Amino acid sequence: MAKLTFIGGIHPYDGKDLSKDKPIREVLPKGDLVYPLSQHIGAPANPIVKKGDRVLTGQKIAEASGFVSSPIYATVSGTVKAIEPRRVVTGDNVMSIVVENDGLYEEVEWPEVRPFEELTREDKINIIKEAGIVGMGGAGFPTFIKLSPKEPEKIEYVIVNCAECEPYLTSDYRKMLEEPDKLIGGLKVSLSLFENARGILAVEDNKPDCIERLRELTKDEPKIAVKALKTKYPQGSERHLIYAVTGRAINSSQLPADAGCVVNNVDTVIAIYNAVMEGRPLMHRIVTVTGDAIAEPCNFKVRIGTNYHELVEEAGGFKTPPVKIVSGGPMMGFGIFDLDVPTTKTSSALLCMTKDDVSYMEPSACINCGKCVEACPGRVVPRLLADCAEHYDEEGFLKNNGMECCECGCCSYVCPAKRPLTQVIKSMRKMQLAKKKKK
Amino acid sequence: MSDLMKVSSNPHIRSKVTTKSIMLAVVVALLPAAGFGIYNFGLDALILILVTIATTVLTEYLYEKAMHKPVTIGDFSAVVTGLLLALNLPSTAPWWIAVIGGVFAILVVKMLFGGLGQNFMNPALGARCFLLISYTSIMCNFQTDTYTGATPLAALKAGEDVNILDMVIGRTAGTIGETSMIAIVIGACFLLLLGVIDLRIPGTYLVSFIIFLILFGGHGVDPAFISAHLAGGGLMLGAFFMATDYVTRPITKKGQYLYGIFLGVLTGIFRIFGPSAEGVSYAIIIGNLIVPLIEKVTLPKAFGKGGERS
Repeated sequence: MAKLTFIGGIHPYDGKDLSKDKPIREVLPKGDLVYPLSQHIGAPANPIVKKGDRVLTGQKIAEASGFVSSPIYATVSGTVKAIEPRRVVTGDNVMSIVVENDGLYEEVEWPEVRPFEELTREDKINIIKEAGIVGMGGAGFPTFIKLSPKEPEKIEYVIVNCAECEPYLTSDYRKMLEEPDKLIGGLKVSLSLFENARGILAVEDNKPDCIERLRELTKDEPKIAVKALKTKYPQGSERHLIYAVTGRAINSSQLPADAGCVVNNVDTVIAIYNAVMEGRPLMHRIVTVTGDAIAEPCNFKVRIGTNYHELVEEAGGFKTPPVKIVSGGPMMGFGIFDLDVPTTKTSSALLCMTKDDVSYMEPSACINCGKCVEACPGRVVPRLLADCAEHYDEEGFLKNNGMECCECGCCSYVCPAKRPLTQVIKSMRKMQLAKKKKK
Repeated sequence: MSDLMKVSSNPHIRSKVTTKSIMLAVVVALLPAAGFGIYNFGLDALILILVTIATTVLTEYLYEKAMHKPVTIGDFSAVVTGLLLALNLPSTAPWWIAVIGGVFAILVVKMLFGGLGQNFMNPALGARCFLLISYTSIMCNFQTDTYTGATPLAALKAGEDVNILDMVIGRTAGTIGETSMIAIVIGACFLLLLGVIDLRIPGTYLVSFIIFLILFGGHGVDPAFISAHLAGGGLMLGAFFMATDYVTRPITKKGQYLYGIFLGVLTGIFRIFGPSAEGVSYAIIIGNLIVPLIEKVTLPKAFGKGGERS
């Protein structure tokens, strides 16, 4: 059988060896914790504490403010020091709740966990909504919305995105190895919401140990299958994952539900398990701290809100001064100018590099080599779109399917002339999306 | 705040392939053909090659200096143009032909249209055709001390027998770089292995040309006639090194197949029905001109809109 994959894509140096064999270690924050009110797609959460309040670990400090929104929980005990704008990884200043950590980690009294069998579909979705779970692969879309499509009986596949196609990232890999039971448990919870669905654990074949382990654990589960995907970036892109697994292709304006699919990332599925089976809201996430500037690359279990400085310290500090620090993977992460930003629900990695490919490669003229066309998983012509974007030719941009770009970065990666194709296309897309919203 | 990190839009890593590395690979891939040309035609060939490359590089440098533009000779594209042009000259050509050709290729075909990436036809071929028209007798003089007869293709056209083994090895009259099929194929394999070129254009070009020969060549399925046509003239050099020129070929996959077929048919028409034995240069140049049209009609469909399978 041909391997499950898609057309296009690239094979960058994956750098996963740096941290893949490092077991997940918990980091206890020492300094202040910062909780941006916008850690998800949708309306920012509303703070329900005020300056001076004492909060406990696991206490809700901000509630969802609209349909597409998500609550936020304190991850330490301490005092609310301020509610003020703080800088986040994107460089924006976002209104945030700052909690001074008292180091006691005093927890709230956890509500009693109701037996799974007694829960209705609405109960489960409500628990997931209240636990503040959002897509932890990077997009941060509230998970309960993904789990409540218009016609749940039409969902045929619940896919767990275990591709982890971004170079350097090993957090999902460690989770799969260390907590496979919770992963499968979370998948079962999701499956219980869709009567006609089968569960698929989609793993890239560069993680044969995970595939074997998950297959072993699910061999008696008729509704769950483990599928090996060809290792290629961006296999973890939602639309390309669905295509690889089911052969159904959706465009940028369709939803996974249109292809009968629901897709969630590893960490998200484990968070679903923690919420429904153990009654815990989303408070932690796994962050890979890695790169050639880091003394001891690690995988950390981090309390959301922890400052990035503490993560680097915990990883032994810098062995060589970094030149570039990326929050997230090297293909789609955000370059940050300093470490003074908090870990959020969507921070998957902290990558510290001693050299910056981008700044020492001068862009030169396009030689029409066609590498971007071959690499583009969206099957568009990046060179043409970039031309349209640079000349602000909206009509041409839209006509040539500019909105179908998934901003994966493959075109910029392969370009021999080192042109910032993704960047210009992305800017133009942002402008078009904003325009659409206004209408 | 001196310890601020560098920031930029994603992606934060880049592949190691650069314009310069691609151009250098092409230069290296042309060395077997050039080397054989020098072995075959002697010192004259070496001098012509050096003069042509010096001219193209110097022309680009001087033009950019005069226009106060950044100097781009470091990307080796001018070297590729010079080398390709030289390989398309007969070894008997005087040095000033090389200079005129080099200046025309870089100044007229490349720089005046906006420099690298903007030229609408292959500079080396453009210059060759210009020289062919302007200095026909010089450009068609293949008589050297070693080779006193006609080129194999001309002989073939006249109905004479040709020695195919000599043609494959390259021991025939012709331009400096076109005679040895083996040397060209070695270079082409190097580029194919590196992934600099692929078989889409050369493959469809050669296959459609062979089919054209079978249908209209007047010899039916005659292996000797077909191999002579494949090994003779500028076909190999054209198919692997000039039709595949990034700038002047379609960027879309489907477009590349179409382009290859178009070139094959056109070359067949020129060689079989035209007055001259040759046809590759003109076929590719005409092909270059219809590239925008081909690209327009072969734009791929997006993922999720029917394009996910191609």
